[in-house]
Amino acid sequence: MAFKTVTDYVAWLYYQYLLVTGIYVLEPWEKSIFNSILISVVAMAVYTSYVFVPTHVRLALQFFAGVFGGQNESAMTLMS
Amino acid sequence: MIVSVRTPPTALPPPPCRGWTGLANRGGWLPTDDGGSASLLNGDAGQRGAGDKRSGKNGFVKNHCLFQQPHKYRRPREKVRPPGPGPPHGSVFRVPGAYCCRRNMTESSSSKLLNGDAGQRGAGDKRSGKNGFVKNHCLFQQPHKYRRPREKNHNVVRNPGLYNKPFVESFEETPLLVAVLTYMGYGILTVFGYLRDFMRHWNIENCNVARERDEQKDFVPLYQDFENFYTRNLYMRIRDNWNRPVCSVPGAKMDLLEQISYDYNWTFQNTGKIVRDVINMGSYNYLGFAQNKGRCADAAIQVTEKYGVGVGSTRCEMGNLDIHEEMEQLVARFLGVESAMAFGMGFATNSMNIPALTGKGCLILSDELNHASLVLGARLSGSTIRVFKHNNMVSLEKLLRDAIVHGQPRTHRPWKKILIVVEGIYSMEGSIVRLPEVIALKKRYKAYLYLDEAHSIGALGPHGGGVVDYFGLDPKDVDIMMGTFTKSFGAAGGYIGGKKELIEYLRCHSHSALYATSMPPPVAQQIITSMTTIMGEDGTTLGADRLKQLSENTTYFRRKLREMGFIIYGNDDSPVVPMMLYMPAKIGAFGREMLKRNIGTVVVGFPATPIIESRARFCVSAAHTRETLDTALEAIGEVGDLLQLKYSRYRPALPPALGWMSEESHLQD
Repeated sequence: MAFKTVTDYVAWLYYQYLLVTGIYVLEPWEKSIFNSILISVVAMAVYTSYVFVPTHVRLALQFFAGVFGGQNESAMTLMS
Repeated sequence: MIVSVRTPPTALPPPPCRGWTGLANRGGWLPTDDGGSASLLNGDAGQRGAGDKRSGKNGFVKNHCLFQQPHKYRRPREKVRPPGPGPPHGSVFRVPGAYCCRRNMTESSSSKLLNGDAGQRGAGDKRSGKNGFVKNHCLFQQPHKYRRPREKNHNVVRNPGLYNKPFVESFEETPLLVAVLTYMGYGILTVFGYLRDFMRHWNIENCNVARERDEQKDFVPLYQDFENFYTRNLYMRIRDNWNRPVCSVPGAKMDLLEQISYDYNWTFQNTGKIVRDVINMGSYNYLGFAQNKGRCADAAIQVTEKYGVGVGSTRCEMGNLDIHEEMEQLVARFLGVESAMAFGMGFATNSMNIPALTGKGCLILSDELNHASLVLGARLSGSTIRVFKHNNMVSLEKLLRDAIVHGQPRTHRPWKKILIVVEGIYSMEGSIVRLPEVIALKKRYKAYLYLDEAHSIGALGPHGGGVVDYFGLDPKDVDIMMGTFTKSFGAAGGYIGGKKELIEYLRCHSHSALYATSMPPPVAQQIITSMTTIMGEDGTTLGADRLKQLSENTTYFRRKLREMGFIIYGNDDSPVVPMMLYMPAKIGAFGREMLKRNIGTVVVGFPATPIIESRARFCVSAAHTRETLDTALEAIGEVGDLLQLKYSRYRPALPPALGWMSEESHLQD
């Protein structure tokens, strides 16, 4: 498919979304319900990942640093 | 001790010569003289042990199957090609992706095989044990035990020797992602359906479907509520694709009434406009006899002036006109059977005549995709019905064998009769019945065969004689030939052809012969004129031209669609062309987009097809010119891009001509 403008392309993408999910055949108010549910679910997923993922990543890094990391400073002092 | 060696899964080699039974008659109970060939032709099971099959001491050979079993295990998407002595009489090649098989057979060997169905089976190197039995008794071998669930097994090559021409079928499997998305789409629509039903139940929204009144609430419900869930919540939303009034002859082009709905398809209003010259890709007008001018129409007008339109009585009372007798004789001649009779309605021909033929204590073996009329007839007859997999001869043979071995349930009496019910062309799959194999099975197991040629009569075969003509078989091998005049002949009604005794019997016992009003004279005349045209008895080549045009159109249309990357089901020679859409929303979208481009198509969804295999069905007609088809194909390609329908993963497909070349080179190797 060749598209003249970006708008055309976005419209076509939205049309594909309608067809694949099946909401093409629904009435407008049903479409808006589906869309709002989908958008809110996605938004919540994005928001939660924004809030919690950095913390989790930091904790995980700390954990693995503890497992695979070298000796700590006290061990070094003992050796010297 | 039984020494039984499983045969390698070979196609059956044709007998080297007529008297070839004597070559390896080790079982000791086979006729060794050349005269044995005569009895071989009857297909007697007793002469099974030929070839290098070695039977044991008691002279039995263990493998009794006509169609042998291929490997137990094969790799999932591998195609089957018959190993062993394939090339001279049967060879297979692959069209990438679509499991296609080509069967090629020289005329001479095929005719031999066709006659001696079971008797000449025993070739190859099958060895039986000491007691002389060979274990596998099946006419057709069973396919692999292991296969992927979604894989369809229509395309396994068996017994290529029975075919006198390549038999190319393809049923490309559904891409996994598409299947998942389709189920997801149905899931979403079902959730919204429940929501709407909930709202209707609590009167939040107006209920448009039939339901009980408040005063009737305590009665048993007349309108089954949940049963119509699909109709109410999925079909209604895209109903504008069906039931559209046509206001001209539905020939190659037609005019449609423009309709509009303000309440999401619950009601329609006419706008008063007419959509002109819509290309008709949906009518079963295979030979283009749906016309309002030309020889057929003129003859029908003359007959109307002579006889009027209505008859007002049944055939056995005052409704038997000379034109009916003339038509039945013509139909019998056209089919190559002894006698034929006609009925006013095609559906009733099936549903009322099967009960006249079978009853309690009989067994009906029915293809799983048989038409509703056949299913209804089988149920009305009160016989036991067993269903075999679509066009799957192994499944059919297994049912036949079980029926003969076990007899009726509980009592174990033998079945009174066994009737195999198949269709010529399956209208939803576009597949052609494997008739040579069915006939071989029918002869071997002494069953009767009921062949419904609703779509194939007129549309297949070099002389338009349907699937029997297509395979070059003898019509007398089919016990009951049924068909309709509705499709290729542009008329109405159905017929049954067969032996004289059969027809005499049906005239007295069939409900549709005794109670139905006889066929209107203009309709009978339309049948006579179109049939004589097809047979060339009118002294012109018009009929032959139409047949040629149809087969050219079919090949062209199928090839073009496949090249564009659509998934097309069915046999390459079938004028019914199903194109897969899969997703529920695309059913509606395809019909609407095509109509926007002035092309009328039929789209088919769940109750008529498996739930994920929604499709658009095109019916190619001899009335379509190459330009018409090109216009339609261009629009289909455009809509296919818009809706992303080009699912096929095997592009560009191998054109048939190339396929033949590759086969030739294979042979040379």
